[in-house]
Amino acid sequence: MRSVCLAAGLVLALASGAQAGVLDTVRQKGFLACGSNTGLAGFGLADSKGEWSGLDVDFCRAIAATIFNDPTKVKFIPLTAKDRFTALQSGEVDVLARNGTWTQSREAELGLNFGAVNYFDGQGFLVRKKAGVTAAKELDGASVCVQQGTTTELNLADFFRTHGMKYEPAVFATSDEAIKSYDLNRCDAFTTDVSQLYAERLKLVNPDEHMVLPDVISKEPLAPAVRQGDSQWFNIVRWTHYVMVNAEELGITKANVDEKLKSPSPEIRRLLGVEGDFGKGLGLSRDWAYRIIKHVGNYGEVFDRGVGENSRLKIKRGLNDLWSKGGLQYAPPVR
Amino acid sequence: MRTPPTISLLHDPRWRGAIWQVALAVIVGFLLWEAADNAMSNMRARGIPTNFDFWNRTAGFDINQTLISYSAVSTYGRAFWVGLINTLVVAGIGIVLATVIGFVIGVMRLSTNLLARSFASVYVEALRNIPLLLQLLFWYNAILVPLPAPRGSLSMSSITLSLPDTATLVVSAIAAGAAFAAWRLSLRFASIVTALGVAVALMALLFGALSFVGQSGGGMLHFADHLGVYLNNRGLFIPEPQFGAGSEWVLLAFGLGIALSLGYGVYARARQMRTGKQSPVLLVSMCLLVALPLIAFEASGRPLAFAFPVLRGFNFQGGMRISPEFVALTLGLVLYTAAFIAETVRSGIQAVAKGQGEAAAALGLRQGLTLRLVVLPQAMRVIIPPLTNQYLNLTKNSSLAVFIGYPDLVQVFAGTVLNQTGAAVQVIAVTMVVYLALSLLTSMLMALYNRRMALAER
Repeated sequence: MRSVCLAAGLVLALASGAQAGVLDTVRQKGFLACGSNTGLAGFGLADSKGEWSGLDVDFCRAIAATIFNDPTKVKFIPLTAKDRFTALQSGEVDVLARNGTWTQSREAELGLNFGAVNYFDGQGFLVRKKAGVTAAKELDGASVCVQQGTTTELNLADFFRTHGMKYEPAVFATSDEAIKSYDLNRCDAFTTDVSQLYAERLKLVNPDEHMVLPDVISKEPLAPAVRQGDSQWFNIVRWTHYVMVNAEELGITKANVDEKLKSPSPEIRRLLGVEGDFGKGLGLSRDWAYRIIKHVGNYGEVFDRGVGENSRLKIKRGLNDLWSKGGLQYAPPVR
Repeated sequence: MRTPPTISLLHDPRWRGAIWQVALAVIVGFLLWEAADNAMSNMRARGIPTNFDFWNRTAGFDINQTLISYSAVSTYGRAFWVGLINTLVVAGIGIVLATVIGFVIGVMRLSTNLLARSFASVYVEALRNIPLLLQLLFWYNAILVPLPAPRGSLSMSSITLSLPDTATLVVSAIAAGAAFAAWRLSLRFASIVTALGVAVALMALLFGALSFVGQSGGGMLHFADHLGVYLNNRGLFIPEPQFGAGSEWVLLAFGLGIALSLGYGVYARARQMRTGKQSPVLLVSMCLLVALPLIAFEASGRPLAFAFPVLRGFNFQGGMRISPEFVALTLGLVLYTAAFIAETVRSGIQAVAKGQGEAAAALGLRQGLTLRLVVLPQAMRVIIPPLTNQYLNLTKNSSLAVFIGYPDLVQVFAGTVLNQTGAAVQVIAVTMVVYLALSLLTSMLMALYNRRMALAER
């Protein structure tokens, strides 16, 4: 049983006394251990050759890029929703970039810190078109397939409780099993974050027979998480995202980053390490931000590649557009 | 008298052994304590919960099979009990069914009938060599795929079970009694009486049966468009019995019936020992067990109603439901474990000396009686210990429920509760203790049974 192993690992990790900082540990072992999804198109998915891709995957690559100047020095460890936090607590992974929702109790009770939100999401429902349902409030009495160990499971209960409706939850350990059972008609609806609904719909036998209901029943700020107690590491993870957002805002891309080194703009010069040494305070090199943009790209590029226009999911930027374009992505300045 | 030579305690092998063991125990204890203490302080430093405060907090999630009342506003502790009961239900039903099927298949493997023997061999070899998880997934799919959605539910609409009115009940009882009396009489007297007896018996049975199949609502079985039993891919929906005031009398009558039939059994045995005459124990106890509760039921004004499942919106509401996950899990566990039990039974039977069976045959016992009275009681001594193992395996394997979405202890408690509370160490520890306790309890019961069955050595 994996959770037993993880719990044992947790006890051992915790019983072994003081630990070095995560950055030093990562440098020592020569790679970043990144807790990843077991397979979610757009966020974290390994192809037949074992190549990982997706928004969260690129996030871990960005961290590896800034530490090692090499985005390939990441070991992706697939984790189910149920096991992910235990794996992080026990030190099996250094960072958990696995479309996890940032909630108060996960920070306050699980001993975790969530970095910057790299995807603003919300929970929705996938239903069969021929069921004739047009809104979530018409789901009274429905059976709903859901993945275990997620905020989704709780939001679902809240939603039906709030509206005084009945439902039957069919809870599965992985998203894969949940969507498969939905496809076998075990459930009338499948629920998870809207971005995932689009990704999981692709796995159905006839994706066109299903539709995502327009209602969004919750706030799901998805953010990478780290263990509490290492502020330096927490800062690195948080600022990795901010670098990518700042880069997009300043018009720096993977392609033009070398050109931009000659830019007269003080903001760009500071970000790319031409002026000042902002990496030092993080325990990183002077060109820490340059490495991220050079190897991985800015937030817009990562988004388009993972879930946006250049992907199969074709999700619009929406809430995830820059603040200046009506979205919520806003990064503090580097100075 | 010579005093034994005194030696230093250090050189006394008994003392030396004790000292070493105490020292080892102290070291191991210290290490464990140190590790636990370290873990606790590190958990506290990282803000991970170290206590059981979460037990009484609101769970906030729902479970789709709850045999005790539970809702999203219940506590995590309540969710634990729901999961534990679900585990116990699967394990309990699984053990009973696996034992029955296992014994049947085990005996079939030794049958002289080629067809039976081959079937049993194929069954055992196929089912015990395919990983259980695959079998569970197979059964889950095999159940879900062919069944219709709720709107196209299969319903048993041709025959309806309802209770007859008191008059019909009395007439049927008299008819059954008459049929029985006629049958007994026809055994004693010959020719004309036999013919008469058979005729009376047939008439009585026919009359009784007719009054049961009366179309006009008086009968027990009649045709109607709904029985309240529906089968679809959300499960099997059946009417839920609701017990009214006075149903405790029925229960009491049933208890009385059990006590009386046990008493009659003891009396019949004593009588057989004394006089050699057999008594109709089965018949009398069946009568007591059925008639007494039925009379109490009638006398207390039929305190029973049924809540029927009704198709409303997406699914049936009301009534009771047996979920496809439960059926798939039970089926998978039972068939898998039965294959191992069959092998255990076969080895047990083969361990009984061949001469035992031959001796029984020489005494004139039929094959079935030989198996039941001579071979199996001796085989049980070999069978019970490995059988206990299979019971333990079945209970522990039920934790694979998590893969097909059955809300057992591991799925609910070590799954959702662990994840929502983050109290991984506590939750896993509790889960381990529960499975340990279940296993020890099973072992203890089986050990008691084993002691009863053990050979009385002289």
